[in-house]
Amino acid sequence: MQIRYRKESDPKSSEITPKSVFLERRRFLASAVASGLIPALGPFALANEARAALTGRALPNVAKTPFGADLTPTSSDYVTSYNNFYEFGTGKEDPAVLARSFEPKPWSVVIDGEVGKPGTYDFEDLVSPHQLQERIYRFRCVEAWSMVVPWVGIPLADMIKRMEPTSKAKYVAFETLNDPSRMPGQARRVLDWPYVEGLRMDEAMNPLTLMAVGLYGEELPNQNGAPLRLVVPWKYGFKSIKSIVRISLVEKMPPTTWSSSGPSEYGFYANVNPEVTHPRWSQAKERVLGSGYFDSKIDTLKFNGYEQEVAELYAGMDLAKFY
Amino acid sequence: MTRETKFRWIIKPAVFIACMGPLAWVIWRAVSGDIGANPVETVNRFLGDWALRFLLLALAVTPLVHLMKTPTLMRFRRMLGLFAFFYAFLHIANYVIADQSFNWADIWVDIIKRKFITVGMATFLILTPLALTSTKGMIKRLGGKRWRKLHRIVYLAGIGAVLHYAMMVKADLLQPLVYATILFVLLGDRVRRRLSSSSSAG
Repeated sequence: MQIRYRKESDPKSSEITPKSVFLERRRFLASAVASGLIPALGPFALANEARAALTGRALPNVAKTPFGADLTPTSSDYVTSYNNFYEFGTGKEDPAVLARSFEPKPWSVVIDGEVGKPGTYDFEDLVSPHQLQERIYRFRCVEAWSMVVPWVGIPLADMIKRMEPTSKAKYVAFETLNDPSRMPGQARRVLDWPYVEGLRMDEAMNPLTLMAVGLYGEELPNQNGAPLRLVVPWKYGFKSIKSIVRISLVEKMPPTTWSSSGPSEYGFYANVNPEVTHPRWSQAKERVLGSGYFDSKIDTLKFNGYEQEVAELYAGMDLAKFY
Repeated sequence: MTRETKFRWIIKPAVFIACMGPLAWVIWRAVSGDIGANPVETVNRFLGDWALRFLLLALAVTPLVHLMKTPTLMRFRRMLGLFAFFYAFLHIANYVIADQSFNWADIWVDIIKRKFITVGMATFLILTPLALTSTKGMIKRLGGKRWRKLHRIVYLAGIGAVLHYAMMVKADLLQPLVYATILFVLLGDRVRRRLSSSSSAG
């Protein structure tokens, strides 16, 4: 028999918000954001609701790697509460609230195009043949803020090799789930859903490019792109597409969401580059999340500090032209 | 208590305190360390939002006086306009101090190169002489007619403020469009009145 003791600090059962009320509130918020009545919840309006957290589901058997051993990860509170994930609202704090009831499993990914083994793969079949690794990467958003994230994932190259790409595979195209019933932000056509991204084959096969399934040693929180997202640390954050349902190996350069939305502002390559300025933000500096109100920005590094690993991919290219 | 004393000593101070509310709120959140992952951005958006809201509130006074036939409301117009300027000033102070750390060279490049900042700064430049000439003494010195003429540039400031917001937004234009609609109604009311009064006079 299980005997429950009540501690004085425990909330009385009457003080606990009934689940129905809690869910109702969440549904209301979701529909309010979906309709655009509250396009941005903001850090104030719902500070308590927006308190984000990790999933609490630890990933087993994660290999440590030397990647980012010298970096200090940003607080997980910030990594999980400050997200650009327009599928769950356009405010930074929206996804942490609106993605809470999202169910990322079961999940499957369509792999097609120029591959020897096309098909629909279960998440587990896609990930479990590989050894999970932890990699601490700098993450630089095009909006001139940055953080340091301890990702858990597998090199995209390993996953792609298993799919046996043909010689015609020159680019990899990615697609996010498109389901307004599960992603309330998709109710409004803020972007041309589904979100799509792409990499050149050599970028996709670069050892830095990661298919992430977790952060901080735990499964990916929904607001960070559960259950499967891309991480390309030398490119602006919008390249790192979230909640991927399709990976296509293709011959021609695929369209990408932000460059379709604003071609003069966002390009296909989107390499972090302090020398190539953006019409909205000087890219010379960045604000490190978690730094104090009066702290200055820091200088942005070329290729976000991964110049040694990736500069040769772009040898001879005019990076101001191919931004 | 006469109506006038009540107005001067209770209603007006109460409105003043209410207008300070947003600032008190943001300071409190900052002090309690509950201001999100990017405090500078949060404060910046917050102050910008309120500058725009107060500007629209100030612009709403005249149409509301006509609509509700409550001339007393007119006595809040200056206060609301000055609060718009106050929040716009804080918005820029936050940008200069916290966001740019007084890096004047970078600020200058921002003003020249980033069109939404160009428009935002121009809007602030429009508001400044209006704030400076808001005192009774200045009204007297300028003369009512010239003062009114000068203060008509507030319409331009309203357009500039909404434009600044719309240009800043990356993809989701809904919020700026809501403000644009409100501004359109407020300015449209003036145009309509002017047209109808000139046609009835002529």
